[in-house]
Amino acid sequence: MCDTCGCNITPGNRHLAEQPIAQGETAVSVLQGLLSENDRIAMHNREHLGRHGVVALNLMSSPGSGKTALLERTIEALAGRWRIAVIEGDLETENDAQRIRAKGVEAIQITTGTACHLDAHMVHQALHQLDLAQLDLLFIENVGNLVCPASFDLGQHANITLLSVTEGDDKPAKYPVIFRAAELVLLSKSDLLPYMEEFSPARARQAVRQLAIDPPIIQLSAKNGDGIDDWLDWLEGQMRQHRPAPGQFRAIATSASSILK
Amino acid sequence: MHELSVCRGLLQQVADIAATHQQPQVSRIQLRIGPLAGVEPQLLQQAFTIARQGSVAEQAELAIEAAPLIVHCPDCGQDSPASLPRLDCGHCGQQQTQLKSGDELLLLSIAFPSDAHQEQQDV
Ligand SMILES: Nc1nc2c(ncn2[C@@H]2O[C@H](COP(=O)(O)OP(=O)(O)OP(=O)(O)O)[C@@H](O)[C@H]2O)c(=O)[nH]1
Ligand SMILES: [Mg+2]
Ligand SMILES: [Zn+2]
Ligand SMILES: [Zn+2]
Ligand SMILES: [Zn+2]
Repeated sequence: MCDTCGCNITPGNRHLAEQPIAQGETAVSVLQGLLSENDRIAMHNREHLGRHGVVALNLMSSPGSGKTALLERTIEALAGRWRIAVIEGDLETENDAQRIRAKGVEAIQITTGTACHLDAHMVHQALHQLDLAQLDLLFIENVGNLVCPASFDLGQHANITLLSVTEGDDKPAKYPVIFRAAELVLLSKSDLLPYMEEFSPARARQAVRQLAIDPPIIQLSAKNGDGIDDWLDWLEGQMRQHRPAPGQFRAIATSASSILK
Repeated sequence: MHELSVCRGLLQQVADIAATHQQPQVSRIQLRIGPLAGVEPQLLQQAFTIARQGSVAEQAELAIEAAPLIVHCPDCGQDSPASLPRLDCGHCGQQQTQLKSGDELLLLSIAFPSDAHQEQQDV
């Protein structure tokens, strides 16, 4: 199979590739994802992580939904349980990385400048600054943005989309792509619900499920600890699911072949 | 806006394919984009007019066709067209459906001017 000669065209998708050809043109069918270069590097990132048995989780949300606050609380709760590092994506400043380092955990800051999302290439560079052999769990905090991060696979094992209760329960309907990308949805800042009559957790849940997906949805607060146990349970589930059992490491290390030349 | 990054990736792909076919120029790029792909066709068109400068696609037309939103219903087993933000089953009203089409982000084909070499010499 190659991506350029058209041999990936099947009876099911042939009609898509056969376009009318204008006079004086020769057309070639391609039928490739538009982000195939990003996806290739994302696969390479996944190999890096897999070789060391590191589970990577990508957090996405609007600016200020509580990604860093949740990470701070999670690091405290998991102290001594898993070896953690964080990759922080921000347009500017090292603030979030410093907040993480203050908790005694290594943080790599990626400042994206004008780019409103992380891509697989930026994460790859950050991975090479980390000693993956010394890690179990890697959090990637994406740039605060409810649109752009959704399009870029980073090599993570799961996506987490946060919706804070101050943002409104209609956000899943307005930003369907980023919620559809989520393996887990968090309704954050639940301690503020008493002051947010307009926000109905039931409506938020329904808005997510009406996007033809059915991810787990956990309501939590990094401030008062509400729902944090459910979140930690979900994390343990991810560790069980994505980490090879001890002894399998060697097999993976030898079978993994680098796809970046 | 991430459409510019998406567009740069696209142009790299197109340049690679053109090189494989030993073509110096591309005349048309055909995409298929669904409403849940996370890419706005209009913004992509705008990004394209900027990003194509100096590339093999400098003269190319970017044609984007829309993929329809279609859901499959596990209850009644039927497919139906749907519209955002509620992807309910059009037959029985079931709210928990599966997406069958609508998140495509595909490069379908590219076309080269048949007489590209000729034109190059004329210029
Ligand atoms: N009441 C309350 N406030 C919270 C909670 N979590 C975060 N906050 C506050 O919300 C603000 C933003 O929190 P951050 O953790 O910085 O949010 P973020 O998503 O990392 O923000 P960006 O990285 O800038 O996108 C801060 O003032 C936090 O103190 C929470 O659970 N409850
Ligand atoms: Mg933050
Ligand atoms: Zn590498
Ligand atoms: Zn953007
Ligand atoms: Zn139905």
